[in-house]
Amino acid sequence: MGYLQGFLVTLRQIKKLGGKHVTTEYSGGYERGRHDEKIAKPERLHGRHVLNKYEDGMEKCIGCELCAGVCPAKCIYVRGADNPPDDPVSPGERYGYVYEINYLRCIHCDLCVEACPTEAITESKLFEFSFTSRRDAIYGKSELVVGDDGKPKQLPWEDWREGDDADTSGWMRATSPAGDADFEGVLAWSGELGYGVRPPEPPQPEVDKAGGAPDPLLIEKTPEASGHTGGHH
Amino acid sequence: VSGLFAQASATGDPLYQGDIDLAVVGITILKVVVCFAFLLIATMLMVWFERKVIAGMQNRIGPNKAGPFGILQTLADGIKSFFKEPIRPERADPVVFRLAPYLAFVPAFLIFTVIPVGGDFSNGNAGVVSIFGHDTYLQVADPPVGILFVLACSSIAVYGIMLAGWSSGSKYPLLGSVRASAQMVSYEAALGLSVATVLLVAGTLSTNGIVVAQDTMRNWNIVATGILPFVVFVIAATAELNRPPFDLVEAEQELVGGFNTEYSSIGFALFYLAEFMNTVTMSAVIVTLFLGGPQAPFGLDVPVIPGWLQGMIWFFLKLFLFLFMYVWFRATLPRFRYDQLMDLGWKVMIPVAFGWFLFLTTLRVTRDLDWSRMGQLSAGIAAIAVAIAGYAILMIALRVSTRQRQQQGSLH
Repeated sequence: MGYLQGFLVTLRQIKKLGGKHVTTEYSGGYERGRHDEKIAKPERLHGRHVLNKYEDGMEKCIGCELCAGVCPAKCIYVRGADNPPDDPVSPGERYGYVYEINYLRCIHCDLCVEACPTEAITESKLFEFSFTSRRDAIYGKSELVVGDDGKPKQLPWEDWREGDDADTSGWMRATSPAGDADFEGVLAWSGELGYGVRPPEPPQPEVDKAGGAPDPLLIEKTPEASGHTGGHH
Repeated sequence: VSGLFAQASATGDPLYQGDIDLAVVGITILKVVVCFAFLLIATMLMVWFERKVIAGMQNRIGPNKAGPFGILQTLADGIKSFFKEPIRPERADPVVFRLAPYLAFVPAFLIFTVIPVGGDFSNGNAGVVSIFGHDTYLQVADPPVGILFVLACSSIAVYGIMLAGWSSGSKYPLLGSVRASAQMVSYEAALGLSVATVLLVAGTLSTNGIVVAQDTMRNWNIVATGILPFVVFVIAATAELNRPPFDLVEAEQELVGGFNTEYSSIGFALFYLAEFMNTVTMSAVIVTLFLGGPQAPFGLDVPVIPGWLQGMIWFFLKLFLFLFMYVWFRATLPRFRYDQLMDLGWKVMIPVAFGWFLFLTTLRVTRDLDWSRMGQLSAGIAAIAVAIAGYAILMIALRVSTRQRQQQGSLH
């Protein structure tokens, strides 16, 4: 009867018969009154960019154009300018005068984040921004620079929920010069407005060492593994 | 073979026995419209049901946005595809290209017209109900050739698929349609042979007659013919429908979309609908042939509900069982390889169906000739022996031809 066991396997997957769903009910945020559930995003998810500020409110970008140079999709356009002496935008000599990212081209590879010498450009974990015109696709400085509270600015077409904006992508901290192989090195990144100096990424979960990337379902099930995603250092 | 066709009185629908007046025409039109509407709605729900169940079996939620539980998803898809631009490839044959979807679509409707979907079959009744004072069956037509009509229509559906692939003027559809015609023709033989056992037992071709003959559960053809023809029929029907695991016709990984690759808009929607409609009608045929159609199991007779409605309820419960089975097949079984498909069809299904037919025929004929029980038994054993001997000869022939091809170097 080995042939027929497969039928039981598929039957058991039905939720009413004890199976479970790996997808969640997700309406994109614009449906009112629907049960709508987002799953937790991975620590290093590459979302849309933000231009950070120092804790004193100065912009980090110095207009060096390294991000534009490294961008494989050629989606970044930067022009630097000298800081006005009486009202400097960034510490130092120059600042990013024009900063545009075309999200019709961006492939979210995060090479710009790795190239940036001042950690000015990082990525958030927001990926739900379905604009409806080419004009909207080009994010300029007014859209990219974080607000006075250090939080990314929400545009009308972006779907954010409570807590979605709290974390920039862990990718920056994982690849920053101080991050050693274990990601447990000395902190070498500067503070961000509104967040202070961020803790390093927690060690890789045990499941990861056992082989393979952690399965989100596994993390959900085993309590010791889920502790690692919380960032308890 | 006297008495073999004794039951085949071939009276047909009592509606047309008397004078044909306006009411009779009205009832006929009403039945046609209800049948048409029912089949469209059933297809719509079938698509939704299949997507929902298969999603459940794949740990997903499935369509749930359009309407309650996503039940209007098919409607949304249909409206969308009807508003798309129909594109015809430059090298396609214009007339045949347009005709093909209808050739696939219309037979699905036609088959359903001869299916008794309800009627009062309790206590040996013949499924007659009374509409506006006229006695009639709850089926659009009850031709004396009933089951032959079903077989003929399901063969016409092959043309729809074959012509679609041929007229597209494109190579993947052509490959898909070549596969389709080979597959459907192969399995039609097994299908026909298993139907023949049912006809042998029922003694009539009329669908109503077949249902009437299955008056108790012992007489349900799944029991009366031995379970084997039922199994053969279900497998062959799955192949006829081009449903998984026999969906080589539209094997996405190999043939893009198979025969309907070049179709868009209404043409594609019709093929898509026809596929699911055929699933519904073929399930209905299985229920009619093997599970007693609207006959109640265990002779149940629920008091309050009128007889014709009971029949309908039983019919749809059984129908639902097979629809679920088809979805379950699709979620579970991987696709056959082409040579496996042909091997199964020609070397297993047809010999098995044919051998079983031989066996049942022997039993029937000896019984009709009033042979003794011992005589019947020995004739049956002789039939089995003949079948096994035939199968052995077939296997030997296959082995010899394989060896010859190996020697010629065309097979490794």
